Amino acid sequence: MIDYPTLKIIWWLLVGVLLVGFAIMDGHDMGVGTLLPFVGQGDEERRVVINTVGPHWDGNQVWFITGGGAIFAAWPLVYATAFSGFYWAMLAVLWALFFRPVGFDYRSKIHDPRWRSTWDWGLFIGGAVPPLIFGVAFGNLLQGVPFGFNDFLVSTYTGSFWQLLNPFALLVGVVSSAMITMQGGTYLAHRTEGVIQQRAVRGAVGAAVVMVLAFIAAGLWLAYGDIQGFVITSALDPAAMPDPLAKTVERSADGWWVNYDKQPLIWLLPALGISGALAAAALTAARRTLSAFVASSLAVVGVIGTAGASMFPFIMPSSTMPNASLTVWDSVSSPLTLGLMLGATLIFMPLIVFYTSWAYRVMRGKVTVAQIRANEHTAY
Amino acid sequence: MISEQLVDLSRLQFAATAMYHFLFVPLTLGMVWMLVIMESVYVMTGNVIWKDMTRFWGKLFGINFALGVTTGITLEFQFGTNWAYYSHYVGDIFGAPLAIEGLMAFFLESTFIGLFFFGWDRLSKTQHLMVTTLMAVGTNLSALWILIANGWMQNPVGAEFSYQTMRMEMTDFWAVVFNPDAQAKFVHTVSAGYVTGAMFVLSISSWYLLKGRDIEFAKRSFRVAAAFGLASVLSVIVLGDESGYTVGEAQQTKMAAIEAMWETEPAPASFTVIAGINESAQKNDWAVHVPWVMGLIGTRSISKEIHGIAEIKARNRERIVNGIVAVTALETLRQHRDDPVARQVFEAHMADLGFGLLLKKYVVDVRQATPEMIDRAMHDTVPRVAPLFWSFRIMVGLGFLMLALFTLAFWSTLKTNCRQRPWLLRWALLMLPVPWIASELGWFVAEYGRQPWTIYGVLPTHLSVSTLSVNSLYGSLAGFVGFYTVLLIVEIYLMQKFARQGPGSLGTGRYQHEAVHHAAPAHA
Repeated sequence: MIDYPTLKIIWWLLVGVLLVGFAIMDGHDMGVGTLLPFVGQGDEERRVVINTVGPHWDGNQVWFITGGGAIFAAWPLVYATAFSGFYWAMLAVLWALFFRPVGFDYRSKIHDPRWRSTWDWGLFIGGAVPPLIFGVAFGNLLQGVPFGFNDFLVSTYTGSFWQLLNPFALLVGVVSSAMITMQGGTYLAHRTEGVIQQRAVRGAVGAAVVMVLAFIAAGLWLAYGDIQGFVITSALDPAAMPDPLAKTVERSADGWWVNYDKQPLIWLLPALGISGALAAAALTAARRTLSAFVASSLAVVGVIGTAGASMFPFIMPSSTMPNASLTVWDSVSSPLTLGLMLGATLIFMPLIVFYTSWAYRVMRGKVTVAQIRANEHTAY
Repeated sequence: MISEQLVDLSRLQFAATAMYHFLFVPLTLGMVWMLVIMESVYVMTGNVIWKDMTRFWGKLFGINFALGVTTGITLEFQFGTNWAYYSHYVGDIFGAPLAIEGLMAFFLESTFIGLFFFGWDRLSKTQHLMVTTLMAVGTNLSALWILIANGWMQNPVGAEFSYQTMRMEMTDFWAVVFNPDAQAKFVHTVSAGYVTGAMFVLSISSWYLLKGRDIEFAKRSFRVAAAFGLASVLSVIVLGDESGYTVGEAQQTKMAAIEAMWETEPAPASFTVIAGINESAQKNDWAVHVPWVMGLIGTRSISKEIHGIAEIKARNRERIVNGIVAVTALETLRQHRDDPVARQVFEAHMADLGFGLLLKKYVVDVRQATPEMIDRAMHDTVPRVAPLFWSFRIMVGLGFLMLALFTLAFWSTLKTNCRQRPWLLRWALLMLPVPWIASELGWFVAEYGRQPWTIYGVLPTHLSVSTLSVNSLYGSLAGFVGFYTVLLIVEIYLMQKFARQGPGSLGTGRYQHEAVHHAAPAHA
């Protein structure tokens, strides 16, 4: 039996794995959606772009759904507080996602250029909006968000949607959008040829450069700007049953840098984010597309890992009631549920990776205009 | 205090989005097995018409599935966005089946649905059949886990409240999984889905037969649908949900309301076929009874009593009064975790905590509750009778109507002369919307019948909401209604377009109504 503090850490890592899995898998088809109107000129080219992810987007989207379910099960207070607090942001994500299933499945079922072009922009929205909003949300988490609890742990959020759109958060939104576009661009370069591939390469390289610059800028802003981190100032029992009101928390200018001092190895994460993206750019430009996709995915690990490791043990700090901040230690489920969910993850995750890989293997190879013509009635 | 308007709007939004989602789910659950059946015949016989059937019905399945996916995400989001306190209070138990649903079921169905549509030329026949089967298994497993979660809301077993964490915590996972309520619900709901799938194929095939087009294709589809539908509708009725009604208090309360059983009757109770329900006087003005039947259905015995509404309410009043003590002690404990007196008092009255919380709808400090407030809370504990009584009866009536249709349809296909009975084909066509109406009514009975609780006896609905502004709710509700209306119009347009076009939409050159000429007959 694993002890409670260890389970809490494992679940912090597992939620990280699910977020990274989401960004790599659903991220690449969202990136393809973002690039779609620009990389595909004319209906047939757009169908090529769409069909690179056609058989896979639905399975990939489950990373997102399972991530949500896992946060519900492992961090119920985070799920409750974040989803209700970020109400309009979450609805914007949700409504953007509406365009994807219908966009993919319905677009090519009717031969009307306006109909098809409408759904192309729908797929663009479904691909571009969620990563932007998730980035903005992370940007706000780093600054703390205005919420508190009463004695019965009813959460109240006092901010508004527009307050989320502050300059630093938007900068983090750029990091996220560029990262996902890079992920989509490298994938698209791998699965297409000719002029579509050329445009995808340009998109991937551009996105990688933007991501690196914005990522460094956000780091400098945190180091030299006016954003304060958070630190727990009271003694803390990692084995205690979770109670987010039992600790004291203070803001501190070097709050988000404390972990780097304690454990310098964490510097490897931002280094991986930057070097992975630069390698992805260079490899795509050299048409080593599969390696580029791997490098881009490593960059995703680095960037998301940087955010998580900087904030540890905080998940959702509160700007208005810092003591109520949600952390790895005090917003988790019971040991039984955490243990059980760990078991389920260990059983099913390898299976998922196995059959997802098989699905990609079956559908491997370049998608071409000729294929689309040959499968006029079945292709997306 | 939480505004009633906020609670009502949150409920309306959840009900609207859940029932909208449930327009697509039953068809998915049922059609997917019919695709497995059709493709199995193809693999066994090699007759290409069965492959075309799989692909054509699969195309309609895909149009439906897309909206099922779209509207399903809403539901997962909505526990967090609109039911934050619920999510915190029961996430330890309720979150687990949802996460397992993702890991075990959604990945499976969503990964393989891609290969189902795109893998025809890249997989061997057997491999493709395996893909279709795994997609079906995934779809049905997702129904299992979500109904385990839902069953727990009706009958919260395997969990207990912790005052330290201020939430319910899981104590026995297997009790949650094998909750009899969840199991009964699963069987009933998936069978209803199978009936929906069968009716869809039966109706559209009947239309082709009436029009005299693609006869060989339509006849085979009709036959599969008739056989599958008959088996499924029998399963819905025989393994009906009432088998779950003896389990737990929520179901007993629901049953009393469904049956308009105001007073406890000596066993075995009679079954009220129809009645003039008088909600304010808490009685039936008139009624048509069948002796004994209710006792038999409800308790599977002739000696067990079924509790009437008056008795249930009287019992609940005591629990509310007891619950006041529990809530008060809990409030002390939240201020002083180590207070030994409060702890002892709380533990002695903890079982009625939820009933005490019912008063929070009327008063912040439950100790100030007047006898009148307690009475109002008591009356809240049984949902309104008329909506449940009639919804249930219409649902059951439609179930028997479908049984009649599938029986006749099956009998006709045995004699292979269904085309000689145009009235049967016309009837089958008219019945198309019936399984949807029955499914939605069933959903309504299950969830409205659970009120005033989100988790029966544990957490009142009005405490479960997120503390949002009423304006936010108006905005999001308007957004959902707008989006969903447009999506439904698009979906129905595509469905009827491809249903009218028929198997010709596959472009194989074997069917009527397609651009390609020189079509060879499919059944040579």
